[in-house]
Amino acid sequence: MTITESAASTVLGKRRLRKEDPALLTGEAKFTSDLNIPGALHLAVLRSPYAHARILSVDVSAALAVPGVVAAYSGADLAPLWAGPMPCAWPVTDDMKNPTHYPLAVSKAAYVGDGVACVVATSDTAAHDALDAIDVEYEPLPAVIDLEDALSDRVVIHDELGTNRSYTWDLKCEGEDGQVDRAFADAAYTVSEHYVHQRLIPMAMEPRAVAAVPQPFGGDITLYSSTQVPHILKVMTALTLGIPEHQMRVVAPAVGGGFGAKLNVYAEELLCTALARKHKLPVRWTEERTENTQATIHGRAQRQHIELAADADGKLTAVRVRLLADMGAYLQLVTPGIPLLGAFLYGGVYDLPVAYDFSCTSVFTTMTPTDAYRGAGRPEATYAIERAMDALADTMGIDPLELRRRNFIRKDQFPYTAMTGLVYDSGDHDAAATKAAELADYDGLRARQATQNVDGATKRLGVGVCSYFEMCGLAPSRVLASLNYSAGGWEAATVRVLPTNKIQVVTGTAPHGQGHETAWSMIVAEKMGVDPDDVDVLHSDTAIAPLGLDTYGSRSLPVGGVAIAMACDKVIDKAKKIAAHQLEANEDDLEFAGGNFTVKGTPDKAMPLAAIAFEAFTAHNLPDGLEPNLEAQVTYDPPNFSWPFGTHICVVEVDTETGEVDVLKYVAVDDCGNQVNPLIVEGQVHGGVIQGLAQALFEEAVFDEDGNPKTSTLAEYLVPAASDVPPITLGHTITPSPTNPLGVKGIGEAGTIGAAPAVINAIVDALSGLGVTDMPMPASPQTVWTTIQSASTAAQGASK
Amino acid sequence: MIPAAFDYVRAGSAEEAISLIGEHGEDAKFIAGGHSLLPLMKLRLAQPSVLVDIGRLSDLSYIRDAGDHIAIGAMTRHMDIEKSPVLAEHVPLLAHAAGHVGDPQVRHRGTIGGSIAHSDAASDLPATTLALGATYVAQGPNGTREIAAADFFQGFLTTALAADEMLTEIRVPKMNGAGWSFQKFNRRAQDWAIVGVAAWRRNGESGVGLVNMGSVPILATSVSSALASGASIADAAEQAAAEADPQNDLNASPEYRVHLAKVLVRRALEEASK
Ligand SMILES: Cc1cc2nc3c(=O)[nH]c(=O)nc-3n(C[C@H](O)[C@H](O)[C@H](O)COP(=O)(O)OP(=O)(O)OC[C@H]3O[C@@H](n4cnc5c(N)ncnc54)[C@H](O)[C@@H]3O)c2cc1C
Repeated sequence: MTITESAASTVLGKRRLRKEDPALLTGEAKFTSDLNIPGALHLAVLRSPYAHARILSVDVSAALAVPGVVAAYSGADLAPLWAGPMPCAWPVTDDMKNPTHYPLAVSKAAYVGDGVACVVATSDTAAHDALDAIDVEYEPLPAVIDLEDALSDRVVIHDELGTNRSYTWDLKCEGEDGQVDRAFADAAYTVSEHYVHQRLIPMAMEPRAVAAVPQPFGGDITLYSSTQVPHILKVMTALTLGIPEHQMRVVAPAVGGGFGAKLNVYAEELLCTALARKHKLPVRWTEERTENTQATIHGRAQRQHIELAADADGKLTAVRVRLLADMGAYLQLVTPGIPLLGAFLYGGVYDLPVAYDFSCTSVFTTMTPTDAYRGAGRPEATYAIERAMDALADTMGIDPLELRRRNFIRKDQFPYTAMTGLVYDSGDHDAAATKAAELADYDGLRARQATQNVDGATKRLGVGVCSYFEMCGLAPSRVLASLNYSAGGWEAATVRVLPTNKIQVVTGTAPHGQGHETAWSMIVAEKMGVDPDDVDVLHSDTAIAPLGLDTYGSRSLPVGGVAIAMACDKVIDKAKKIAAHQLEANEDDLEFAGGNFTVKGTPDKAMPLAAIAFEAFTAHNLPDGLEPNLEAQVTYDPPNFSWPFGTHICVVEVDTETGEVDVLKYVAVDDCGNQVNPLIVEGQVHGGVIQGLAQALFEEAVFDEDGNPKTSTLAEYLVPAASDVPPITLGHTITPSPTNPLGVKGIGEAGTIGAAPAVINAIVDALSGLGVTDMPMPASPQTVWTTIQSASTAAQGASK
Repeated sequence: MIPAAFDYVRAGSAEEAISLIGEHGEDAKFIAGGHSLLPLMKLRLAQPSVLVDIGRLSDLSYIRDAGDHIAIGAMTRHMDIEKSPVLAEHVPLLAHAAGHVGDPQVRHRGTIGGSIAHSDAASDLPATTLALGATYVAQGPNGTREIAAADFFQGFLTTALAADEMLTEIRVPKMNGAGWSFQKFNRRAQDWAIVGVAAWRRNGESGVGLVNMGSVPILATSVSSALASGASIADAAEQAAAEADPQNDLNASPEYRVHLAKVLVRRALEEASK
């Protein structure tokens, strides 16, 4: 079954306002910090002001004297509370180096923001005031902020490892031995490009917040956290603190954004839980914005070297990639796996022979740990291949869109086995590119460009294209196993028809802004023939939804949503048995549509689901052997990833006198298969595009040479606001996924993946007449201006 | 993000505010809109022991035609300056500049007195009033005095105001039809200027104020003298940074700032000459 087949679709594919929004917009929704928890103690964490320092002593005695303070601890004081170190669930290689890391540092601080001591007090203000009274003696050590410097082991950050190198992970795929080298030797054209992905701060609107509430007499503990992963957090907290898992409950109340940064297990979650058990009182903590910029994971932070080989027509013949990835000071939950998520996408949307050579080396630095950030590995890969395609087009002197067309995997090649062995289930890149080019008036722009970008022009027009494939919906559990990931990729769903025909859905996904309650209700409504408002979606509480793998990697719809659809089918199967029994008909003669069972050919013999629900509840007259109630549970492990794709086109005008970039137009054509709710799809693409554009133009976590963060407030870390966002034109093609019965693909990260390369390609295109061939991110006015200056100085030098 | 503990008193009149400040001494501070002071306190970069709140002194919120100049009460919010018909007619440059301060929330809370007393070189109104040749009125325990804008800004966040003096009024000469331009160059619409230029031009006269081109708001006198002696706009704009001493920060190096100042002054003068 796919939705395109069922022309009768009444709910799916229709724009529908989100049922979550009234509570969020009126302030009625409760975030973790809004929870009223009588008697709660407040935690505050003292953080290292040094990027790298030995902790010689910690004296908390003066803090204890501050009014309201209940206790104060050093890292050493708390060591006995930890059953294990902070978890890293992705040991990508068997010899990966992973420094032991506890919620509070004991002997060394390894980044500015690393927790070294903490206070629990009766008020937030008392806890903060007391931090000033803690006396820590440090021996400052040299910072390591440059990746090459880290690799040199000039300064080794974690003594016990003896090196800053965490791992090297290779993926070499060749049809014949030596094929990559031969392709480069035989190539008509090659390009060799270096790109840098700056560090980014995910900056969710709601910083993290935690409240751990113990039941002093029962032994159970409830951990409220602003997290994307209540289920993973429950397992990890239980393991790390030695709490029997069945006594541990995790709840994610309303969560104000995550972007991957809340896909983690954080020190403060463990501290609050451990201290709540110790003090037998609730302990809560709310992150401050500056803490959020330092103690919550960062994203990207990779250096790339990509080489392409192509034949005389520009057909790609091999790709070689060398990555250097910045892990930051420690490995957080999935830190080491992020570059691997990109490793499979450096071939982009192109038809390549099996000639791929990828290697990633990861190093520790004395900066905030990195981890998943919207797109996680895939924006990096897409950026590299899409920037390199422009470089190749430039080398060949052909139009970048034309070069892409020559290389696209054709529609008739799907399902397509890629050089990495993964199977792309569906796609139509030419259609997406054609639609984007039409919406952007690509040919018209090129004509305008020819007249506008004349010698001496100070306002130059640029057009940038990015065609992308996204690998998401992570993922078949067995594929994850082959990548050494410690968890599966399935999702669980329960669909329960209540006696009055209202429906409860229990999902293991954990929405934090995506609109799952609306989307999941729509799936159920379509399947069961009820109104979406008659469906309640329960989630993000491990007592209600015990099994699940949460929300990240654009997985929720193609895995969790599909599980719900399958559970609906199971419920319908059972209902059909009851209907057949009561209508005295053969099951095979029954049809279900619009919430009604009818007997084929005898339309007056019918029974609505509402009646069956009540029959199932009273159980007075059920078929022999059938259990009462209408309820089904499904755990769905997807057979493949989900492969959304699209083409984005960005149009900029660059003021060469000031370096200012004005984004005139942004076109995004995304194909996420069948759309459940186009309104939500549009919202996801808008947000995603803006986040990618933010990387291209605005955002960077800056550190000075001593490892001090220089962007610890929103005045310095430039998150674009509404007035900085260009007009975005959206278009869609619909290529249903053959992998799942809903025909759906993820859309959460697509915009972010497409945007940064489209924007930078446009800027470089605008300035190509001035000798500019690359543009570092973020392309701030100063960076653009200095890049133009050095290109023109180089050009003058060359012509002398 | 939680300020250190402090005491708070609300003043009922300018006189009371001044005597409260005198009473509490060194560590006491006026608080007007709080939009410069509170961020510093939250970062614990400022830790005043007493705040004297002048926010409710509504008799200091006014915009009056005073003949050759417009008199603006120190407690007048940016939004009222932006929307004032009197200023639109007589000092449009100031009204326009006020419309570029921060975002709507900031403009509803921040005051022109607070902005000038705080004297952040990156703020828009100090440089704009400086370019316009404003006079500031200060009131202390012993009465009031007038301070020319050109003498007011003395160093980084330092002004001619004594610790127990309060800024009460800003007097801005009428522009009498002068052409003008306000160029604010920033990365996001709500940000402080990386470089800003407030300029006016009438016959041989001109005034050019620079935002964020040194530790104090800058009056680009070399540009005005070049214009007065007949230089072209392009040549005069080359003098843009003659009085400046720009700093280095994440957004701009000194060299880039100097370059921007020249480009923006040229554009401002071109616009003001239309
Ligand atoms: C997010 C944000 C963005 C901003 N963006 C801009 C911008 O783009 N451009 C810009 O120009 N400004 C900007 N500002 C600053 C804003 O304009 C401030 O409101 C203004 O600079 C200070 O005015 P205030 O009334 O808030 O002063 P307060 O913060 O109350 O006081 C500032 C200082 O002046 C002293 N003071 C206040 N009033 C008097 C007085 N009458 N006499 C003597 N001393 C006094 C106080 O003691 C204190 O030291 C921004 C502020 C924020 C928070």
